[in-house]
Amino acid sequence: MIIAEKKPIEEIIDEVKDFNRLLILGCNECVTVCEAGGKKEVEILASALRMYFINKGDEKVITENTLERQCDHEYLEELRSNIDDYDAIVSLACGVGVQFAAEKYLTTPLIPGVNTVCLGANEDRGLWTERCQACGSCVLARTGGICPVSRCAKRVLNGPCGGSTNGKCEISKDVDCAWQLILDRLKALDKMGDYEKIAPIKDWSTDRAGGPRTVTREDVKI
Amino acid sequence: MSDLNTASNLEKVLKAGHIGVTSECGPPRGSDADEVKKKGALIRDYVDAINVTDNQTAMTRMSSLAACVHLKLMGIEPVLQMVTRDRNRVALQSDILGAASFDIPNMLCLSGDHQSFGDCAQGQNVHDLDSMQLVQTVRYMRDEGKFLGGDDIKRPPKIFVGAAANPFADPFEIRVPRLAKKIACGAEFIQTQCIYNLDKFKEWIKIAADRGLTEKTFIMAGMTPMKSVGMAKYMKNRVPGMDVPDEIIKRLAGAEKGKQAQEGIDICVEHIQELKELNGVSGFHIMAIEWEEKVPEIVERSGLYPRPEV
Repeated sequence: MIIAEKKPIEEIIDEVKDFNRLLILGCNECVTVCEAGGKKEVEILASALRMYFINKGDEKVITENTLERQCDHEYLEELRSNIDDYDAIVSLACGVGVQFAAEKYLTTPLIPGVNTVCLGANEDRGLWTERCQACGSCVLARTGGICPVSRCAKRVLNGPCGGSTNGKCEISKDVDCAWQLILDRLKALDKMGDYEKIAPIKDWSTDRAGGPRTVTREDVKI
Repeated sequence: MSDLNTASNLEKVLKAGHIGVTSECGPPRGSDADEVKKKGALIRDYVDAINVTDNQTAMTRMSSLAACVHLKLMGIEPVLQMVTRDRNRVALQSDILGAASFDIPNMLCLSGDHQSFGDCAQGQNVHDLDSMQLVQTVRYMRDEGKFLGGDDIKRPPKIFVGAAANPFADPFEIRVPRLAKKIACGAEFIQTQCIYNLDKFKEWIKIAADRGLTEKTFIMAGMTPMKSVGMAKYMKNRVPGMDVPDEIIKRLAGAEKGKQAQEGIDICVEHIQELKELNGVSGFHIMAIEWEEKVPEIVERSGLYPRPEV
């Protein structure tokens, strides 16, 4: 899923201070699961903003709403009938949701309430970690199911680099060396012989480098 | 390994069966070329070629290629170090051609320290290729005379291609397979990480020799003299992938006041003398960091002077 984290409240306050009628808009998908932008976080942010502005003698009209998904026309349409009630929307969705809303409601300012961090997993209670960078050309079959693109700080395809120490990355003792994990998996799979296969130079045109990416499926188009 | 592929003096020395000697020179954090030239002049007669580091530890410095050109114009043979951190395949190929245009005949292909160690921690890193793929790229440009895109290169680069190896990084069991991969990619010489743990190095090179790898590439043992016990402790504890045994630290700590640096030189010379006799060691890469003036003493006392004329 997409992992996000809450923006500092000071940053949000600075962005919204000149608007009087705000909609705090959550999303019931990834950001709910990673506890950054679901219904609960909408309530908390709305309350915090109300208190802040009341204390400043600036009472704003703050509305709360959480959509099933913000990356979907159908659900975003639910806002249309009331969209003129808001001077701005603070969206707690990922960057996709914020933009989809912005594209749909051209004259309504959209302010992101979270920072979109990565594609990751809920590794432990309160811990979300990256697993994929959406490079558009998956190499996991050749790397024991562990991704060197997203999990190696140098995205080394023929690793590990010389900085791997005690299974940890040179950037931090708290970061696993992706190539140590790959080797552990290859060993568990009894495929250590695969280690000496040389990963060819990667085609990054399917990655960010190739420009904004699209997937077109004629078979599912209406 | 007898046919020469380039005009490199280092290649000639190694292929003639001599023990090769290289050293290194870190470009300055400024645009004064005299700093490079002074370092080059200090060590030129004691080595076969001089490595020029590429923004080592990710600190921004004068470009490796420019510093190599300064040395080359003095008649000194450089080894251009190139990391994959800062340049994509367009820039790497372009710089390889730039180096070849000055007849810089050696390259060392590296991934580079992560930028978080340096002065641009907020910068992007590139890593379009990794170090092995960079070795493949240089070999392809030289041997096939083509760009990665497939077009012909007019006057392909004649460059003797090297890679680094760290016998001490984790996990140990893939250290030799990793060397094998670099050789399979086309690494003609290898310069190793600084060696302080001789037993572990010997174990590594024996496994490599048993696989026939030392017949397929020239392994140059990396040597860095310790200036002080403080440096030894720092390298042991803070530098990733470094193996400094406690006895080195004890020996430096036990040296008389003011004599730790000399003890560091002595250790380095003793290590070279011991490893010189080791099967599979083809040369030494002496990295006297900001201590280039000690290279002549180390080379002479190790019995590696004068350098062969080939």
